[in-house]
Amino acid sequence: MPAIAETVDEALAPIGDGIMLAVPREVAGVPMEATRALIRRGVKDLHLVALPTSSLQADLLIGAGCVGVLETSAVSLGEFGPAPRFTAAIKAATIRMMDATCPALHAAFQAAEKGVPFMPLRGIIGSDILVHRPDWRVIDNPFGEDDPIVLLPALHPDVVLMHAPMADRAGNVWIGRQRELATMAHAGKKTVVTVEKIVDGNLLDDPVLAAGTLPGFYVDTIAVAENGCWPLGLPDHYAADLAHMGEYARLAANPEGFARYLEQHVHARRAA
Amino acid sequence: MPVAPRDEGLVNTVSPSTACRDEELLADVITRLIGDVRHIAVGNASPIPAMAALLARERGRGMPYVSLLQSRKHNFFTDGGRELFDCAGQGRIDVFFLSGGEIDGEGNINLVSIGDYNKPRVRFPGSFGSAHLYYVVPKVVLFRTEHSRRTLVPRVGFISAPGGSPANVYRPGGPIALVTNRCLFRFDRERRRFMLESVHPGHTAQEVADNTGFAYDSPNSVPTTPAPSEATLAMLRQDIAPQLAEVYPQFTAALFGAT
Repeated sequence: MPAIAETVDEALAPIGDGIMLAVPREVAGVPMEATRALIRRGVKDLHLVALPTSSLQADLLIGAGCVGVLETSAVSLGEFGPAPRFTAAIKAATIRMMDATCPALHAAFQAAEKGVPFMPLRGIIGSDILVHRPDWRVIDNPFGEDDPIVLLPALHPDVVLMHAPMADRAGNVWIGRQRELATMAHAGKKTVVTVEKIVDGNLLDDPVLAAGTLPGFYVDTIAVAENGCWPLGLPDHYAADLAHMGEYARLAANPEGFARYLEQHVHARRAA
Repeated sequence: MPVAPRDEGLVNTVSPSTACRDEELLADVITRLIGDVRHIAVGNASPIPAMAALLARERGRGMPYVSLLQSRKHNFFTDGGRELFDCAGQGRIDVFFLSGGEIDGEGNINLVSIGDYNKPRVRFPGSFGSAHLYYVVPKVVLFRTEHSRRTLVPRVGFISAPGGSPANVYRPGGPIALVTNRCLFRFDRERRRFMLESVHPGHTAQEVADNTGFAYDSPNSVPTTPAPSEATLAMLRQDIAPQLAEVYPQFTAALFGAT
């Protein structure tokens, strides 16, 4: 049964230096409180896989020096513009980038959850993404004739990290319609979850809730992190803190401002 | 997903009651390009295409289906982030929108970088879903609100997704048009070449030529893009703006004021 940890730090113990860490896209619940805890702990050399894109989370981790390899389809702050630390790191070649395209990452996780070595996907042929992804292959469709198709190797992250609205004491996690969270947990070797709250009873007993529940079977550790996506939003629960995002975009535009942001909003919160 | 750098510098905050804003004109143009379809999907960082898609649905009294990828309300998907792509792969999405840090005359788009890939001079956010959707969605509308020689180039520095493919590559989809702040280009898939269709009010064919880095075809006399009707403007401001605000609060506030 998953361990319900006393603190977020404890729950994050499986996330060691150098591992492949998978995280979800912005609307699926990005574990920002856990991300700040990882930065405070000084995690290093992560192979970060953002399924399929990222925003503030990847930018913060990169800026704080936690990332060695980034595998994703895009990083941007959306309405707040380019992700400044991501952009700077790529231009300075201080991280290794593995560019992807969204459905290719989804397919690679689906291959892993099925226990098969690869998944085929249409498109991609003729894109320069393929030129820079020697791990992706093109074969001739064995069921067709002169029909080239791309194969994506299965992605098996060491740890999957996510945030969800609630879990029960048996470690079942309610993810609602964010089904890719289940796929990620199925594909990952370990899964760490932060939640808004722990509820009484068993989520699997209610057929309505059960349909949107990730069974505790796939989960290793859980911790409560109220408002755990802040300053990003958790759909149906709370909106993004736009004023804060604006402040981040402004400060992170240069290394000094970013250092000040880390000091104020990441490191200072440990003492609080 | 797909779609790149932000649309820079277009939002104007003056708000005359009936004068048409650039964004409203572009949304109206895109709505005409959408035509009669069943399902329009809109990716990340695409406020003007989102306006156009919502306008098409409002005019059709609830049809076509509209899926705004980042929206909770305007999005029926229940199978996670992959459902949009699965839907597209099956041919269940008729229209999508893509942009590019660079777009070239063959319809190739660059959402990745300029210069050495491993240490680029310019880096954009990334390809999003373009390297799949550009191939499988029948009507892809390209849009870029900075029409300049910097963005519309002879040859992109990195092909996130190509404008066309060899005959043996599965490709039911591709570009049909490019909408910019200055004009509308149609795309000829056979010839892999743009044709100037109309210039927007206040712009000229000469100005388009001066600001376009790639070669394209142009008729002797270039029509002016029709301005949106009063009814369309009223619908955009009264009905569409509040819907758009859920996904693009900043854009909507800057364009329409508080909603």
